[in-house]
Parts: sequence; structure tokens; C-alpha cells
Amino acid sequence: MTSILSPTTTAALNPANPTELRQAAYIAQQAADVRVNVELETDSGMTINLGPQHPATHGTLRIIARLDGEQVISCEPSMGYMHRGYEKLTEVRTYPQITTLVNRIDWLSSFANEVPFILAAEQLMGIEAPPRAQWLRTLLFEMARIANVALFLGDMGVQLGAVTPVFYAFRDREHVLNQIESATGGRFHPNYDRIGGLKEDLPKGWIAETRTVIEKVVNFCNQMDDLLVGNEIFGARCRGVGVIPAERALDYGLSGANARASGIDWDLRRDSESPLVWNKLDWKVWTHPDGDSFARYWVRLQEVRESCKMITQLLDGLPAGPIMAKVPRIIKVPAGEAWVSTENPLGEMGYYVVSQGGLGPFRVKIRSASFNNISIVPWVTKGVFVPDIITILASLYFILGDIDR
Amino acid sequence: MSTILHPIMGFVLAYWQQQVIKLAAILVAIPVGGLLLGYVFLMKMMAHMQSRLGPMEPGGFHGWFQNIGDAVKFIQKEDIIPAQADKWVFSLAPYVVVMSTFLLYLVIPVGPDLVVSNLSVGVFYALAVGSIGVLGVLMAGWSSANKYSLMGSLRAAGQLIAYELPLVLAVIGVVIQSGTMSMQGIVTAQQKFHIFGLNLGGMPFIVTQFPLFIIFMIAAQAELTQPPFDMPVAESELVTGYMTEYSGFRFLSFFLGEMGSAFALSAIAATLFLGGWYLPMPQSWINNNFADYIGPVILLTKVMFMAFLIFWIRFTYPRFREDQLQAIAWKYLIPISLLWIMVTAILKVAF
Repeated sequence: MTSILSPTTTAALNPANPTELRQAAYIAQQAADVRVNVELETDSGMTINLGPQHPATHGTLRIIARLDGEQVISCEPSMGYMHRGYEKLTEVRTYPQITTLVNRIDWLSSFANEVPFILAAEQLMGIEAPPRAQWLRTLLFEMARIANVALFLGDMGVQLGAVTPVFYAFRDREHVLNQIESATGGRFHPNYDRIGGLKEDLPKGWIAETRTVIEKVVNFCNQMDDLLVGNEIFGARCRGVGVIPAERALDYGLSGANARASGIDWDLRRDSESPLVWNKLDWKVWTHPDGDSFARYWVRLQEVRESCKMITQLLDGLPAGPIMAKVPRIIKVPAGEAWVSTENPLGEMGYYVVSQGGLGPFRVKIRSASFNNISIVPWVTKGVFVPDIITILASLYFILGDIDR
Repeated sequence: MSTILHPIMGFVLAYWQQQVIKLAAILVAIPVGGLLLGYVFLMKMMAHMQSRLGPMEPGGFHGWFQNIGDAVKFIQKEDIIPAQADKWVFSLAPYVVVMSTFLLYLVIPVGPDLVVSNLSVGVFYALAVGSIGVLGVLMAGWSSANKYSLMGSLRAAGQLIAYELPLVLAVIGVVIQSGTMSMQGIVTAQQKFHIFGLNLGGMPFIVTQFPLFIIFMIAAQAELTQPPFDMPVAESELVTGYMTEYSGFRFLSFFLGEMGSAFALSAIAATLFLGGWYLPMPQSWINNNFADYIGPVILLTKVMFMAFLIFWIRFTYPRFREDQLQAIAWKYLIPISLLWIMVTAILKVAF
């Protein structure tokens, strides 16, 4: 809803006073919102608000859908209800303080948000973390991926009406979170990554415990395979719904599992040079040719399994040694620019850090995956039914914090 | 009922006593039946199946206090009526839904003499009053002045009308086989029924009407708007559809209506296909009223089994889309049930 000023109100206003104009615009917008909620238009379709408070958007995403009966004429996401201004906030923080902030971008896989920023800072400073720290970073990165995508695997069921999978997801995700907590001290927001290494080494017995946890996650994946992937109703609801061809996916800048489900064989963990150790592991990038909601679910399910494989290998090959490189006590980053992006659970996440040699960055641009992933919604929901909007939104998988930052 | 009261039948009071007892039985049966299902299946079975921790905690042993706590919570909540709502229709809608549930219980026999009203068109009556609930749902959806509610109630109307047909057709097979529409008569017919000269003291109609039993259960699932047919309430799409604007006791009424109809439809299914209150038993038990005492227990066991099936499916499957749901009713359930009715009719004439 753009600001609609009726002619009567604009005439009475003083055009020289911008504050007054802005207030009037705000009031007019509120009024327009109320009208949208009350009128039941039938001639040119009915407008329905999905959100900002709606169970399907798990956050404050607002979808304005114009409907003809149950069919969607047009559908537009309205973002920004949870904008927290992290890009601006980083300018008034020092480098070590910023990891606390960026933790909160994609809150389900917090550790994965820290890594690209720290890598960018390390790149600017010319520091490299010791091997053990890099292995542990990769390990926790993949655990964060499981913590995030496991919830998607269950949540997709809830969006389609099966309540059981999400409880299984929460049950088994809890084990992963416990492991993250015992290593980092933070269950949700670890703040574990430091420039030049990690905060602490692993506690005693952590590796053996993690192995049992990974077994549980693998069991969970098999359970989801039985409960949802093999289910006819799930197939009927997902197959052929929200098909995104590969070239469309590229046009809209989709990344991560959404792109791979459209048949684009592209994974930053494999395809980019990174100090993290993915290239030393034996794993596979899964793609699916269909590009529909089912493909997106299937690809993510395989990804969790690959993560489990990776974690097992990482635990086997974890090198000994220090976890922190030699870093000055007060961190000053030399002037320069760096762009580092990694394959986060939701897709490509990158930080463009501009430093002018101070204690904090001059400017940080955050590229988060969900913003692009959600931008395809108007295109992909044209002509579908109302329940399909939910299927498509759930399968595109976004985290509100990742859209609005 | 009349047999229990036989010694005082001669008195003028007897009529009123009987009516009061019948009324009390109905008034007790629905909340108790609904709460029983809510407790056993919606709380305990769900907690076990979905590894939910909450419903197992309150009150100590196995979370027995959860349902009572929920009921108290609902009753003490504020009764909110939206400003734009059509107040009268909005307040009446839940009671229309509950009323249709109450009426269902009238014709279900729980023993040879224990039936509130032994109508000669019992099954027909049950299906007729069962569909009054749709009115309540439409009233709720329209009067809420909420788009989600409106869509939910329209979906509900479409769905309940579409599935009324398979439900009726599934019953017709049983009616043809037993030759009566009275619920008590159908139970009696199953006492006498035997196939291939194999007389085991009666046999339930599920043996010959298995396809119609499946269709009846699917249609019942849809009538109850349970997953996988819960588009009218669809929490993740329509924010519980026609119930969105309700709170407090009115919401509880919807809930009670849902659980009560689940109980009633399970009881009807048990009566039609599983022999109701009857198990193979000596004829003397029926003659000397002993069956009146064990009949309710037998029926309750069967009802719980039926309800278990309904809730098991509810906790397992995702929901269909609206068009897929209509396709299932019109393309599969109705033709199959028509075919089976023909087969039943032919066999009825042949044997």
C-alpha cells in the first residue's frame, strides 16, 4: 500500500512542512489498510492480508494478495516490519562487537552468520586462523545448518497441515542445540567466532556426544522421508506447485537450496575458495531438475544428510593445535574493502566490508539470502490457489530476520 | 430405559421422570463423550505420537489436569464480539453447531432397551440433523466480518455438502442389507446376520460392507473437518477459518461440538458396521436385561476404536487442497459407493 493522500487532506496541509505531510501520509496509509481489511470487494477481486501477524509467515512478513475466489490474481510481499538496521548499527560498533549483532540476522543458524563477517575481517587484516579453528568453524557451521534446516523439514509439514513433523523436528534439533551450547556457551546466539580463531576449545567428551547426536539427526531425516516425502497427500500438495525454471531462478538471484532445486548445480562450499575446510571433505551437492516445492523440500532433506556425513568426517579428522592465531589486543583493521560470502543454510550470505582503518567498519553491506528468495513470490504465485501460497512460501523457506536485517 | 423404569410405569410421574432422565443422559453424554475423546486422544495420544511434553505435565499423573485446566481457561476468558460483526448471528452460531451434535445422540442405541428415541427412520434422522451444523458454520463465518472466516465457512459449506453424499450412500448399503432404517433394527439385523451358513451368533456388517465402511470413515473424517480434510479451519492458511473471531465459552462450544460429533459419528459407524452394543452373546442375556448393563461398555469400546482411527489419521496426514478434496468425493467415493450399493442390492435379491 503506497501512501494514498485524498485531495481533501492535501489541500488543508502546509506543503512547506514536511513533518505534517509525512504524518498525513501515514494516517492515510493506516486508513487505506483499514479499508482493505473491511471491504469485501468482488468486482476486481478481494484483497486479503496474509500477515504481518499470520501463522504461515512465522514472523512479521506481510503478503498482500488479490484473490478471485480462491485463485490468486496478484501477490505482493511487503517487507520491513522487522527492520532493525544492522547495516547502520555496524558502523558504530567495533569489529569484535559486530558478531553479536549479526548473530541475530538468521536466528536459526546464528553461527553461520558470524563466519563470513569474521572471514572478511581476517582477509582485510591478513590474518589466518590456525587449522583446528578452521575445522571447528566448519563443524559448527554445519551444525548450525542442521539446526536451521531440520526445523524447515518439520515446519513444511505444519504449513501443509500435518502437525506431527514439527514436534519431531524440535525434539531432534534440541540435541544439536545442546551440543552447540556446550561448545560455545550460547544455545541460540553463540557469539563464538573471533578474528583469528575461536573463543574457546571444545569441552571434554564433546566429540563422542556429537556422534550420537548425529545418529539421531540421521534417524530424524529417515523419519521425515517416511512421514512426508513418501506421503501421497504431501506429493499432491507439493509436486508441480510453485515451479521455478532455472533461468527465472537466476534472474531473481535465488541461491542455496532454492537454486539447486531448480537444477542449478551451484554450491559456494564447493565452488569458491574458502579458508574453511569443505574442500577437504567427501560430500555431494544435490540438485533436482523439477524446480517445484517438492524438489526444494527434497534437496534440503538431502542437504541435512550431507551435513551429517560432513560432521562425522570433521570429527574424525579434527587436527590438534591452537585455536587462536596471534592477534593484537586492540583490533584495528587496515583500510580496504573485502567481500566474503558463504553458503549459508538459506542460501548465499555475504558481507561487503569497507574499512578506513578505524576500530569499526566504515560501511557494511549485508547480502542475505532470504531477501532474494522472497522476491520471486509475486512471479511464482500468479494464478495459484490460496493454499498454494502457503506451500510456496514454506518451501522457499525464509527467516524474517534474514529478510529485514 | 423403559424397562428399568418398569415398576413405576403406572404412575403419572413416570412420564416426566423418563423425560428428565433422557434429558440428563443427553446433557451428560455429550460433554462426557467429547471430553473423553479430548482427553484420551487429543491430549494423551497426541502427546505420545508427537512427543509433546506439555500435555503430560499438569496435575502430576500423566497430565490428568490438562483438560480441566483448559476448560477453566476458556470459561474465564472474555467473550469478544468484533465491532463489525452481526451480533445476533455471531452469538448464536456456536450453539447451532452444538445443537446439531446434541440431536445426533438421540437415536444411538446403547443397549437392547437403552435408546432415547427409537425412531423408525433413525439413520436418516441422524444424517439429517448432522448437517444442520453446516448452518452454524456458515453463520459463524459470515457474521464474523472477517475474510478468513468467510473463506473458511464457504470452504466448509462446499466440503460438508460434497461429503454428505458419500456419507448417505455409504449408509444406504447397510440399510438395504438390514431392511430397516431404525438404528436398533440395524443392530438386531446384525445379531441375526450370517453368511455362507456360518452362524457365529451374528456378524457385523463390516464383513460384507467393507468398501462402504472405508467410505463412511473417510466421509466422517471430512464431516468432522479433521485433517486431512481440515481446509475450513486450516490453521496455517486461514488462521482457524470460521473460528478466528471466537473466544472464551463460544470457542469452547465449537470445540465441544467438534469432539461431540466425533464421538457421535464414531458411535454411528460402530452401530452400522460393527454391531453397536452387540457382541455374540446368549439370547438369555438380552431377554433378562443383562445386555443393558454390558451394552454401553461394548459400544464405548467400539467407539473408542473408531475414534482412535479418526485421530490416528488426523495426526499423520497433511491436508488436501480444496480442489483435490472435491475431486476425491465426486470422482472416487461416490462412484465406488454407488457401485457397491448395486452389488448389495443384487446380492440381497439373490440370497
